Amino acid sequence: MVETAIELRSISKAFGPVQANRNVSLTVTKGSIHGIVGENGAGKSTLMSILYGFYEADSGDILVRGAPVSIRNSNDAIAAGIGMVHQHFMLVDPFTVLENVMLGAESGPLLSESLRAARSELERLEREYGLHVPLDEVVGDLPVGQQQRVEILKALYRGAEILILDEPTGVLTPQETDQLFEILKALKGQGVTIILITHKLREIMAITDQVSIMRGGEMVAHRPTAETNREELAELMVGRKVRLDLDKAPAAPREAVLAVDHLTYTDAKGVPRLKDINFAVHAGEIVGIAGVSGNGQSELLEVLAGILPPGEGTVRLGPVTATADDPGDPEQRRANGIAHVPEDRQRLGLIGKFSAEESAILGYHNDNAYLSGPLIDRAAVRADCEKMMRDFDVRPPDPTLQSSKFSGGNQQKLILAREMEKNPDILLVGQPTRGVDIGAIEFIHRQIVAMRDAGSAVLLVSVELDEVMSLSDRIIVMCGGRIIGEVPAAEADARMLGLMMTGIPREEAKKSAGNAQVPA
Amino acid sequence: MSNAPRITLPAWIDVGVIPLLNILMALVAAGLVILVIGEDPLQAVQVMIQGAVGYDEGIGYTLYYTTNFIFTGLAVSMAFHAGLFNIGGEGQAYFGGLGIGLVVLALDGFAPGFLIVPLAIAGGALFGAGWAFIPAYLQAYRGSHIVITTIMFNFIAAALMVYLLAGVMREGGNMSPETREFADAAFLPFMHEVFAWFGVTITRTPLNLSLAWALVCCVLVYLFIWRTRWGYELRTVGQSERAAVYAGISPPRIVLMAMCLSGALAGFVGVNELLGVQHRLLLNFSSGYGFTGIAVALMGRNHPIGIVLASLLFGLLYQGGAELAFEMPTITKEMVVALQGLVILFSGALAYMSRPWVERIYLLARGGSVRKGA
Amino acid sequence: MDDTILLVLRTLDATLRVATPLIFCAMAGLYSERSGIVDIGLEGKMLAGAFAAAAVAALTGSAWLALAVAVLVSMSLALLHGFACITHRGDHVVSGVAINILVAGLTIVLGNAWFRQGGQTPSLQADARFMPIDLPGSEAASHIPVIGQAYAELISGHNLLVYVGLAVVPLTAWIVYKTRFGLRLRAVGENPAAVDTAGISVIWLRYRAVMICGVLTGLAGAYLAIAQNAGFSRDMTAGQGYIALAALIFGKWRPWHAFGACLIFGLLDAVSIRMQGVELPGIGEVPVQAIQALPYILTVVLLAGFIGKAVAPKAIGIPYVKER
Repeated sequence: MVETAIELRSISKAFGPVQANRNVSLTVTKGSIHGIVGENGAGKSTLMSILYGFYEADSGDILVRGAPVSIRNSNDAIAAGIGMVHQHFMLVDPFTVLENVMLGAESGPLLSESLRAARSELERLEREYGLHVPLDEVVGDLPVGQQQRVEILKALYRGAEILILDEPTGVLTPQETDQLFEILKALKGQGVTIILITHKLREIMAITDQVSIMRGGEMVAHRPTAETNREELAELMVGRKVRLDLDKAPAAPREAVLAVDHLTYTDAKGVPRLKDINFAVHAGEIVGIAGVSGNGQSELLEVLAGILPPGEGTVRLGPVTATADDPGDPEQRRANGIAHVPEDRQRLGLIGKFSAEESAILGYHNDNAYLSGPLIDRAAVRADCEKMMRDFDVRPPDPTLQSSKFSGGNQQKLILAREMEKNPDILLVGQPTRGVDIGAIEFIHRQIVAMRDAGSAVLLVSVELDEVMSLSDRIIVMCGGRIIGEVPAAEADARMLGLMMTGIPREEAKKSAGNAQVPA
Repeated sequence: MSNAPRITLPAWIDVGVIPLLNILMALVAAGLVILVIGEDPLQAVQVMIQGAVGYDEGIGYTLYYTTNFIFTGLAVSMAFHAGLFNIGGEGQAYFGGLGIGLVVLALDGFAPGFLIVPLAIAGGALFGAGWAFIPAYLQAYRGSHIVITTIMFNFIAAALMVYLLAGVMREGGNMSPETREFADAAFLPFMHEVFAWFGVTITRTPLNLSLAWALVCCVLVYLFIWRTRWGYELRTVGQSERAAVYAGISPPRIVLMAMCLSGALAGFVGVNELLGVQHRLLLNFSSGYGFTGIAVALMGRNHPIGIVLASLLFGLLYQGGAELAFEMPTITKEMVVALQGLVILFSGALAYMSRPWVERIYLLARGGSVRKGA
Repeated sequence: MDDTILLVLRTLDATLRVATPLIFCAMAGLYSERSGIVDIGLEGKMLAGAFAAAAVAALTGSAWLALAVAVLVSMSLALLHGFACITHRGDHVVSGVAINILVAGLTIVLGNAWFRQGGQTPSLQADARFMPIDLPGSEAASHIPVIGQAYAELISGHNLLVYVGLAVVPLTAWIVYKTRFGLRLRAVGENPAAVDTAGISVIWLRYRAVMICGVLTGLAGAYLAIAQNAGFSRDMTAGQGYIALAALIFGKWRPWHAFGACLIFGLLDAVSIRMQGVELPGIGEVPVQAIQALPYILTVVLLAGFIGKAVAPKAIGIPYVKER
């Protein structure tokens, strides 16, 4: 008898004029791992938020184990046996693991009693599920993989029989992802039902039993995983055929224009983030930096861009040489033909409340082309913005529209247009397609390759291994603030890079990768 | 219940209707207070309107107050655009006045008016900026909460001025803590004098030429904030410090610039009060105007046009309030201070409280259709 | 020697009396700010409490009734602040400033309307106030050198509210670090989303914090008007609410550290009052305005962080919005 853990019937939810979910229905079998895929804005996060009580659906029913339930808040969800591991962890950094797990499930008004009860229960859970975390360590100090385990423990502590994981692998190495999947399989073995929300088709194929595809707020299809493949899923997600690989001509690199020499950087809290980094980028090539987020790539980008000063060592970008004594700043970089597309587009790349044309001059507002006397030349700014919007297909092409009102993909295209149309000699790009829908991803990738072909040196930082492998001519892997190795694109494969991302040197990784079973 | 905008209301509602509703709510709340102390709010309103615009002298006084509020309102809004809350307008205006006084007292013996007045204005700006500098520096480079430091500087300014005016700067033989009278050359002409040059007679009031300077400042501030690159940098820092750094802007330097400009604008209150009206430096000439500037800036949505309108309203309230205190002595002039607090509350913290109702009415009026989209 | 000891004891005695409103307000601010609500409005709530206490004491002659009403009034203002910040997600600082200005004006309007003394309330008799209490044995102890004198001068002889203020500090420390409420309070100031997903109401938690803040500021105001002084006079708080906030920041939002900072302020005030009229070498007589300005200058110096940088609760001042 196939038991149903969760059934959603005709769930609809609107936020003002935006219909986030429209008549969505879903059946999840008990003890299975069920994947939900869709692009950003497809409505999967909203759906799960409804299931977890964050929002209430406008219409529709939720049935847990066959019985209708009303979930108006997180408490109702928890009482129904639903637990959620969020994409951005819900942890209180200064608290210990024990305190974090206990929060909201304390056994009484005084802490001493609760702490004792929680400790013994957690030790039992750790034995039963094989989830080990140091209970008395401060959560903020733990590595990301362990923090995620704390999140899972929190859910289990509250008696979750249905576990929802929202984009759990974005911050994990391929090896940590494997570990997570082992945990999920163990949980499945104990009868826990798992719903996995992700946009990573590879993972869906690797671990799920069933997959449901959402698009534009609607549920468009369900498939048993064994009967489908990545191409079909991508097509269902987007609604048309999608190229998953990029056609590009081989690179023709010339002289080195970016050279990093023994670069070291320690952050404000005294934590070393970059340790003796050495590499170069040539004009006419794309160098991709692969690595799990938090291993120094962000700091590397910001040092190169002039936002952070180098600690030791030098950084040469074209005519600019930056050292600890003379770090320069982003203005100097831009004046010397170095452009920067930041990783965090919403907080750094543009100003939400500014109009598109005002965001389009961010960083270039002192350019003579935009000035006339002491005032800003509005006409010149507008004309330039219109050109950017035409060339990069930014929709709607309205320079007066507030920047925050554009979709993620269009915002990113505007930022790319701004940085690329200055014809920089060096382009620094971070997470170019994060939160961008598949259609725009193709376009953005082609633009980056076009820059390379026009002779720029491109340094790409991305946590999406597929993106790095598809765009780069050379791949540099970082782990723990160090460069582990360099691999020409032609020789790179995901297994090997994944191992290198955990710190294993290239040759060893190549051997291990060659030996391991490789699912596609 | 979320107040996040769910639909885009047309600009005229956002900029016109909702601020108006906010003021109305503040006025109604004030009316309730008047009821509580046993007076008739409607009668109070009548008296106030009559006192403010019902006769020539009233209008003159209203505009004279308006001038001060334009200066402090511009000051607060300049800082707001950079993401800073400048509560130190009181102290900056006060200290700016010291600058004006010092320039005039030094030069009025021998220099001609057309030299003294601009120099005095510059002195006001310099001293006003100077009083804002230390809190600004501490915020920019040491992270000290600018709200607390500027309030502290208000208190310090008050103590300092008492010390100076009761001591070294006092006119010998005079019992009051104030300086000697400025020489005629340093007087800013009254409006009734200016009109007299053109043969037009208007009632004598304290209204003087500084109003023209206030309006000029409005234009200059508008151009600076929205049309120059320094204003662009200022607004960027106010929106996102990290984006500012990304764009090659130095947030600490912008904080300093914004606060010093803000202090300078506040310092111009002295141009009205000292050069225009009192013709001497005296205690507490700026009392209350700094705080009114906050209400004016919030009400006026930090835009010069809004600030002028809000300043007019508060000018009306001040003059009307003075008249009210005369005609209905139970309602003291501090009623206007309480009203200011209510305005700041409804226009600042509760600015979007009425939004859900307005949205609902708007949708009903439009036929109740909700745009569907993904 | 005996005189010096007496001088020291009297100064410390004055320190406690001056520090009490600061202590109440600093603890009040601690609950609010730890939960993520910035509270610039300590000044206004204290002033309102002072006015309410003085008015009720003048009208009814009962100090206890006055205390109760003061607490209610401050709590109402605290709820108003909460309403603006929590429910309507308004700017915390603007709301605090609004309340301060509103109270500054309203107390005088109401005071003048009801008492016709230009904003003051009538002077209070001793039975309508909290008068100093002589602890048992203090008369006998005052003859014992040092320790006995300390008991008689420093510890005994304060009014009830001073002792309450001193007790609030360990009570706060216990609540914040040893109870479930305290755990959740600290959590919601760091990561409200974590609290929300754990099934706890962020809104109700913050409102409770804000209400406690109201109670304590009411006590501070009552202390000013009917314990330390004998009535309300305009603007009698004179910036102490802001100074208490500075003490809290300087004390890194921790109860005992903030308490220490309040004592420093109290000590400085007590010492500086004794300096009035005294001639300093090289400077001559210290001008009285300089002494008046000292607490404010010290506040700025402390905030300038020459003595360590303070890290606020991570989520402070940021309205909590469920993210889509």
